[in-house]
Amino acid sequence: MFRAVVRLSVSGVRTLARSRPAYTAPLATRCYSHASQETDEEFDSRWVTYFSKPDLDSWELRKGMNTLIGYDLVPEPKILDSALRACRRLDDLASAIRILEAVKDKSGPHKDIYPYLIQELQPTLDELGISTPEELGIDRL
Amino acid sequence: MAKLQREFQRQTQCPKRVDILFCSSVDTFVGTMLRLTASRVGSLFTRRMVVATTSSSVRMSSQGHEVSEVSDLSVPMYCDRLDTPLPDKPYQDALSVAEKDLKQKEKGPWGQMSNEDKLALYRLSFRQTYAEMKHPTGEWKTVIGGMLIFIGLTGLLVIWQRHYVYPPFPHTLDDDWQARQVQRMLDMRVNPVEGFSAKWDYEKKQWK
Repeated sequence: MFRAVVRLSVSGVRTLARSRPAYTAPLATRCYSHASQETDEEFDSRWVTYFSKPDLDSWELRKGMNTLIGYDLVPEPKILDSALRACRRLDDLASAIRILEAVKDKSGPHKDIYPYLIQELQPTLDELGISTPEELGIDRL
Repeated sequence: MAKLQREFQRQTQCPKRVDILFCSSVDTFVGTMLRLTASRVGSLFTRRMVVATTSSSVRMSSQGHEVSEVSDLSVPMYCDRLDTPLPDKPYQDALSVAEKDLKQKEKGPWGQMSNEDKLALYRLSFRQTYAEMKHPTGEWKTVIGGMLIFIGLTGLLVIWQRHYVYPPFPHTLDDDWQARQVQRMLDMRVNPVEGFSAKWDYEKKQWK
């Protein structure tokens, strides 16, 4: 009983507080799962590989894009770049414009994400001749 | 397989036949039910009922229902959703000659296409843009208005019931009766420690 009191004394509390940061790192990953956690880089490269498949068909493009938009994230510019190039291979300009619209909507209240994406994608857009929704005037009624 | 499919379509597109089948099965069901009761009651009334249902079903089956439009729900459909940027199929399937030309043009370099062409291509594939999808429809006004109308009608009904359906209030709810009841409770010193009478000051004759 006294041991508990000693442990909760000032010094004891201080050591507890000091040792806490050491515990956050292992707790951040799920201790109860042995499955390896996919890193962000692996995620990005997986999707880039998916959209870069040379014979990607229109169903795979739709499936991949709808799944990707379903995640709680905004895709990296390199993923979008490969997706837009997939649209070019499939001769589907409408889907390319739609993807840009979707990622803009996906950014939600963070207004700085979409300009960054456009800035990063600008070379691709120029090369493929894709107009942004703003250039086409469909971003507002 | 195709033959089977055609056979299936032929059967489903023949409403009269389906109708007859349906009605006859209902007839047999009703007939069995009624025969069961008839064996017990054995009255003329039940027999008349059987005749009535049979004749009406014959009339129904002879007319047949008009099947206006059959949409095949098993094939991919177009649907505008924010979380599904690329629907299962393009919005327009049947393309005119000009639209087919446009589709051919799409196979060339996109940089040389005009904005009008790009917009036209977009509208071939999709019905609404994201901006149009997110535009508020104002439907909530209709919904709230409809709710208030029905709540108001219910209120009118309750008032009408209060006047014409319910009996008058019992006399124990009169103000006079209630006052005498409180006085009697005080006189009886109901719950004198922490309850009713404890809150009454018997010397000053008022509530504490």
